[in-house]
Amino acid sequence: MSVKRDSIGVGVSVGAAGVAFGSVAIAGHFTVAQACVLSLLLFSGASQFALVGVMSSGGSPLAAILTGTFLGSRNGLYGTRMASILKNRGWRRVVAAQITIDESTGMAIAQEETDQQHTAFWFTGFAVFFFWNICTFLGAVGAKAIGDTAAWGLDVVSPVVFIAVLWPRLTTRNLKLAALAAFTWALCITEVVPSGVPILTTVAIAVFVGWK
Amino acid sequence: MSSKWIAVLVTGVLCFILKYVGHSIPAKWLERPRISRITTLIPIVLLSALVGIQAFTTQTKFTVDHRLSGIIIGAGSVIAKLPFPVTIILAMAASAITYRLKI
Repeated sequence: MSVKRDSIGVGVSVGAAGVAFGSVAIAGHFTVAQACVLSLLLFSGASQFALVGVMSSGGSPLAAILTGTFLGSRNGLYGTRMASILKNRGWRRVVAAQITIDESTGMAIAQEETDQQHTAFWFTGFAVFFFWNICTFLGAVGAKAIGDTAAWGLDVVSPVVFIAVLWPRLTTRNLKLAALAAFTWALCITEVVPSGVPILTTVAIAVFVGWK
Repeated sequence: MSSKWIAVLVTGVLCFILKYVGHSIPAKWLERPRISRITTLIPIVLLSALVGIQAFTTQTKFTVDHRLSGIIIGAGSVIAKLPFPVTIILAMAASAITYRLKI
């Protein structure tokens, strides 16, 4: 019982951040419909914020697609982990794949018994999906009503969300150095290459640091 | 169809395919140490670069403006482990105040 309650609790608190995404999408000159389709179809916070961020700073659709997809690749890794627990086939695998994200995977692997792992995965996945989508819509409609989004501080929401996501993950010296190198690299080349390129090219830093 | 719709739909479909493929291939393919180190690093470098671009550029030009106060307050709140909604609201307030004061 407490697994279900905890899973729904995660869904509510994570889903609420959908308000931030919806408003950031509008601030980045996306439409309410585009914000909602991103949350329904892409359903991966970092990829969604990045896609909007790349295009609203002038990047090409290709740069946005590549950045969003690279960031979404993490969910593929979670998929292999969850498949060994869920053992789904057919349409259940399709649904499970769509709700495979940080939170559903994290809640599932935190459980000890297989039954509870299943419960945690499905409840967390559906709860986050439900609240994230509703909150995206509310945030987008709200931001639309506001008008000048910079006057309400909406232009710092996206980078601050990324800082909040990044900071707890920088657990080793190598990870901290890679983050600093990527940040510095992007700002050093932003004026001399097309928009989107400063972000995408940092994948080379990941390969270089991770190779050894 | 606008370029934004193309990016929205193509990224959505590609990311779903990645998730589905993940559910369909043997786990051991992706558990090699080098692969897992690189896949851990990829989101970290991309997001770090995005923080820089979104906080300190305007149309690809390096810019320091009202956003700096929001970034400093936001980063400070994250390091102080304040709750996520509080962090976001403080950062927004700092940036909005600086913007309205035309500093």
